Amino acid sequence: MSELEVAVTGGQEIWQGGESPYAIPSKKLGMWLFIVSDSITFGAVLFCYAYLRLASPDWPTPFRLASIENATIMTFVLLSSSVTMVAAVEAAKAGRIAASVRWLGATMLGGVLFDILHIREWLGLIHEGLRLSQNPWGSGLFGAAFFTLTGLHMTHVTIGVIYLCIVAIGFRRGKFTSDDVEISGLYWHFVDLVWMFIFPLVYLLSARIR
Amino acid sequence: MSASAGHAASPAGMSWFLKVWAVLLVLTGVEIFLAYEELPLHTMLILLMGLSLIKAAMIVAYFMHLRYERTSLVWTLVPATIFVLLMMNVFFSDSLRIVRLGLFLH
Repeated sequence: MSELEVAVTGGQEIWQGGESPYAIPSKKLGMWLFIVSDSITFGAVLFCYAYLRLASPDWPTPFRLASIENATIMTFVLLSSSVTMVAAVEAAKAGRIAASVRWLGATMLGGVLFDILHIREWLGLIHEGLRLSQNPWGSGLFGAAFFTLTGLHMTHVTIGVIYLCIVAIGFRRGKFTSDDVEISGLYWHFVDLVWMFIFPLVYLLSARIR
Repeated sequence: MSASAGHAASPAGMSWFLKVWAVLLVLTGVEIFLAYEELPLHTMLILLMGLSLIKAAMIVAYFMHLRYERTSLVWTLVPATIFVLLMMNVFFSDSLRIVRLGLFLH
């Protein structure tokens, strides 16, 4: 046996860490790295919003009880869609394809409902006079900060619904595996996680108490 | 064999996920309660963001399964992300100051 062969085959004997040091599919590592970079994108916008909120004495508080209730329902819908996503992943791992696709459908429904409630909220605020650079209540920065942050998140939810739709169709046809369902779940939970910061920062810190 | 780690169903099971979901809803309820207590703005921000960090950690640990992954993955992802976010928090305000440094105005 040549030295080179020892180096090559010996390497395989030493390497017993599964398919990667993390023992996860490379696609899953890719999704995790995307989530890390996306969390930094959202981090930038969230920091920016928090700085503006605390530095502006005339920051508007336009969210009446009805808006807070609406946002609470949105939070409930998104959190519940995370649970249906977990159920879809569990069903996929157990090989129950039809059940998994049904749970994915429920998750997509949650995403669509979230979008509808959010757009209704947007239209209400625009009707009250909220614009990107001005509003009837106070600091003109509010519109830009609000629409950037919630708009970026709404885009993520919408892309998530499309992504889940593609994964559900592919999984039913046997083109995708349960790993792909799990990876799409990572993205969906991340979108849920970001809303856990947006809801208190945007809505609860700008609630109109009186 | 090599993929079995990725295929294993979570050791937790659905009833555990429903408990996590219930705790997340309760924490959201606490946040909404706090919003109507007239606390100073900075206190409110710290309380709300603290609760949100707990919620985010629960979502990452249980819903995103990170608790059941190898520790090496956790060490690769989590400290780097937290470090970058903290550094961003430190240097973010320079973006407001940099205009007045005269780099672009002369």
